[in-house]
Amino acid sequence: MTDAFIYDHVRTPRGRGRPDGSLHEISSVRLAQQVLAALAERNALDTALIDDVIMGCAQPVGEQGGNIARAAALLAGYAESVAGQQVHRFCASALEAVNAAAAQIMTGQHDAAIGGGVESMSRTAMGADSGAWSADPWVAYHNYFAPQGIGADLIATLDGFSRADVDGFAVESQRRAAHAWQNHHFDKSVVPVRDVAGDVVLDRDEFMRPDTTLEGLGKLQPSFVAMGQGGFDTVALHKYPQIEAINHVHTGGNSSGIVDGSAGVLLGNREFGLKIGKKPRGRIKAFVSMGSEPTIMLSAPVPTTQKLLKRCGMQTKDIDLFEINEAFAAVVLRYIRALDLDPGKVNANGGAIAMGHPLGATGAIILGTALDELERRDLNCALITLCAGNGLGTATIIERV
Amino acid sequence: MQTLTVEVDAAGIALVTFDDPTKPMNVVSPQWMDEFIAAIEQIATDPRIVGAILTSSKPAFMAGADLKYILGLAGGKISSAEAYKFSQKPSVAMHRRLETCGKPFVAAINGLALGGGYELALACHYRVIVDDAKAVVGLPEVTVGLLPGSGGTQRLPRMIGVEQSLAVLLEGKKVAPAEALKLCMVDAVVPATALLDTARQWLLKSPDPVRAWDKKSYRGGGGLLNPAIVQVMTFQPAIIAARTQYNYPAPIAILDCIFEGTLLPFDKALKVESKYFAHLLCGSVARNLIRTTFVNKGEAMKLARRPQGVPKSAVKTLGVLGAGMMGSGVAHVAAAAGIAVVLLDSSAELAEKGKAATVKLLAKAVERGQKTRAAADEILARIRTTADYADLSSCDLVVEAVFEDPAVKAGVTDKAEAAMPQGGIFASNTSTLPITGLAKASSRPTQFIGLHFFSPVERMPLVEVIVGADTSKATLAKSLDFVAQLKMTPILVNDSRGFYTSRVFQTFIHEGMRMLEDGVAPALIENAAKFAGFPVGPLALVDEVTVELPWKITGETAAALGAQFVKPCAYDVMRRMVEELQRPGKQYGKGFYDYPEGGVKRLWSGLSQAFPVAAAQPSVDEIKKRFLYIQALETARCLEEGVLTHPADGDVGSLLAWGFPSWTGGTLSLIDSVGVGAFVADCTRMASLYGARFSPSAWLAGRAERGDAFY
Repeated sequence: MTDAFIYDHVRTPRGRGRPDGSLHEISSVRLAQQVLAALAERNALDTALIDDVIMGCAQPVGEQGGNIARAAALLAGYAESVAGQQVHRFCASALEAVNAAAAQIMTGQHDAAIGGGVESMSRTAMGADSGAWSADPWVAYHNYFAPQGIGADLIATLDGFSRADVDGFAVESQRRAAHAWQNHHFDKSVVPVRDVAGDVVLDRDEFMRPDTTLEGLGKLQPSFVAMGQGGFDTVALHKYPQIEAINHVHTGGNSSGIVDGSAGVLLGNREFGLKIGKKPRGRIKAFVSMGSEPTIMLSAPVPTTQKLLKRCGMQTKDIDLFEINEAFAAVVLRYIRALDLDPGKVNANGGAIAMGHPLGATGAIILGTALDELERRDLNCALITLCAGNGLGTATIIERV
Repeated sequence: MQTLTVEVDAAGIALVTFDDPTKPMNVVSPQWMDEFIAAIEQIATDPRIVGAILTSSKPAFMAGADLKYILGLAGGKISSAEAYKFSQKPSVAMHRRLETCGKPFVAAINGLALGGGYELALACHYRVIVDDAKAVVGLPEVTVGLLPGSGGTQRLPRMIGVEQSLAVLLEGKKVAPAEALKLCMVDAVVPATALLDTARQWLLKSPDPVRAWDKKSYRGGGGLLNPAIVQVMTFQPAIIAARTQYNYPAPIAILDCIFEGTLLPFDKALKVESKYFAHLLCGSVARNLIRTTFVNKGEAMKLARRPQGVPKSAVKTLGVLGAGMMGSGVAHVAAAAGIAVVLLDSSAELAEKGKAATVKLLAKAVERGQKTRAAADEILARIRTTADYADLSSCDLVVEAVFEDPAVKAGVTDKAEAAMPQGGIFASNTSTLPITGLAKASSRPTQFIGLHFFSPVERMPLVEVIVGADTSKATLAKSLDFVAQLKMTPILVNDSRGFYTSRVFQTFIHEGMRMLEDGVAPALIENAAKFAGFPVGPLALVDEVTVELPWKITGETAAALGAQFVKPCAYDVMRRMVEELQRPGKQYGKGFYDYPEGGVKRLWSGLSQAFPVAAAQPSVDEIKKRFLYIQALETARCLEEGVLTHPADGDVGSLLAWGFPSWTGGTLSLIDSVGVGAFVADCTRMASLYGARFSPSAWLAGRAERGDAFY
């Protein structure tokens, strides 16, 4: 099997996913364009060497629909020969895109490809693409669909995580993210987003609240009480009848932020590196996607990680750093507890609770963050994973070369 | 034609008047359909006719389907293909033909139009309704497990919008004219005298006989490309799940009809609707609901068990002994039914206190606009309070609702009978004490009977009529007449400890408490009961009445039965909760639940130490079965022993007395739905796991062998 090497990666800063967010004026395709342009420019790429651009996007409708990857590649001035495709695996879309690009290279069918993702949540709202699973009433009813917030609170209830536990995790995420920015951990991979005049509209993650305290978080109202009372608690209890009631602990403060952003990872075989005159920074070692119980929705990272490690003949101790998307605090707390991990190795630079989760782009962002941190600490191996809609999970192991 | 007439006037307007001579209300019967289809053809093809008005000469416009007829088709009696055709006939040959024949039709809705009646109105090109609050319109099919299968799920959302149609379609909400006009369910509300003229005037304006959805320009709802539809279709399934606990297939089928159907051209949409209709008609839930909640309940209210040959009677003056909650409730419903009431307690103050409860309830009803002040005052004027037994001298019937103690009851029986007229009936409202035993205190035991009302009497429509060993046929007939006067539903029960309802209901709470001892997780017990369709979990329920109550009843039973007493399965759990753990129930602030002040009750955290939770937990389905089957078995025993004389009493009683889930059709319909053979086999299996109480009797096993269903 051919090695799929990582040659570079970049991401945009994450803008608040609201009309007052700095990236709200930038369309999704222009976010993705700037990522692709940066990869080409930083590496002085002959883009004709790229076989495919694969972009994750979790709401591929409207301006994000119709294969945004191809549109962005053309807009970025890539050669017409570069193919493009869009991947939808909910929140794991961008990691899936990276894996798909790696697979093209590993199977020897392509020499180089870019995997990444884009999501402008301020412009294409979460839920805009609806879909059969959640909005076809027959399907939703018979599959016991419940929104992800209910699943997050369900995990907290099942595992006994209190409001203080999840808030405490959120404070730590904020602290780590602030620390990482202060110490320039993200500098080499974040490319500022510019407007049509060429002026920078955003060069830092603007969602962060480094002054977050436990007391402040404790004042926030739980977000999913009304939704639960509207019937979804009952739906969830039908799947988890051993629970008396769901403890609604998640708030806007301990859940991932709604933001805009994009990211891309440049992958290729060894010959590609020689052609562009770059040394590989890392290698995609292995990856897997799998499904788990869909009502709780967010519990796949643990079994997905176990499946992947088993296939690689590895154990958790063989992994130097973990990046698990901070969809909700309880998702990460469960992951750390179930796999008995050292919390210091997990999301070392903070995560989506502090910096935001641009749904279809996050997988590529946190893969890049993991690679940068491996290099900074001179470690070897990282595992990146995300929970995704409908009980899906994706995980990837990267290692330095 | 027998069910309708067609008259054509000089202007070419056909007046179709529905008038089925064999029925009190016009219903969608096979004969009416055939005749109406012929009438539509006549109107469509006669060149002199320019349009038609549909109305009824009965007080109601049309009441919908003939449910007795539908019951003959439901639950697998006809195939799915036949059920589809059954729906397509009125849907296509009647309503669609009428709608698309090129001539305008007006529904002149002179009274209530429900189900098929309102569907017909929907198919018309214009709807004018009489300005009368009783003339409600709606599609209540969902309440009997069906859907409006003649275009109702398609025309209503297209006419008034998907969101507005939900309460009407999914909850069967009935809408009075003023609100119907607001919702666009009708086009005009006019006084009765102007009804036909309004219809005629509209027709004379040469209206467009093509519905909006049949025009090329029509744009549908957009399905999931429309955010408003996404909202509805994402949240409604959960609302339905919470309301039905996944036990009733109709609401989600209706929602899917709306979802699928509104994306399709109209004729295809009608096919989708008919397919879902067939799906529902062939299932057991619609059959169970129709049979028990409509047909059998209706027959009970018409006094199906009344002995023949006894002249019809009416109570003019009722005596009520004991002005506690039950006594004052009985006094209230009787007074509301126009009966003079003498409400007696040991002191005039206590009697007056009982009446005060009714004063309060009626004040609330007036406040809510459910009653006028004058009507409330009339009711109150009928209740005379007293402490003097001599005031019972004019009472045709006396209901005793004093403390559940045979000696106390014997005392009041004696005093009352001394004052009552010779022919008067004495009824005990006891919920557990055998009537034959209480009748021993009576000087005229043939006139002694049990009338077991349920609390709160104003809201619980059932009366368990208990016939003692000496109760005469005339006493039974007159007592049933009295229940009918109250507009309540009687079931006939022969005397037995706990009669029927208390005896079977007890098995539910005992089974629930027993599960703790079996190591079932407390939340699982409570959830499984709710998932099965019980309004409240057994532990919460026992907390409400206190564990002391079933524990006391157990003690009384032990004392009464002596050597024959068999410990109920929850004996030790009750004993420990009351005596050892001292958590007797809600009123003490601690029972199976904790009751934090100002907070939400939560299962007592110590429960899992007191009753250790097993490592392996049973499935929800298994627990549901334990709840449902133990009650079904006990009901079957009641039928076997002659405590019940007819399965219908068991079914109707179980739904109305303690909220046995209606999707089952009741305790005995449940056995039929499972299949007697499969039920007996499963009970035998459960007996080996949980104890002999699950062993089916030889009588029931014999029925299983013969394939002898209850219906």
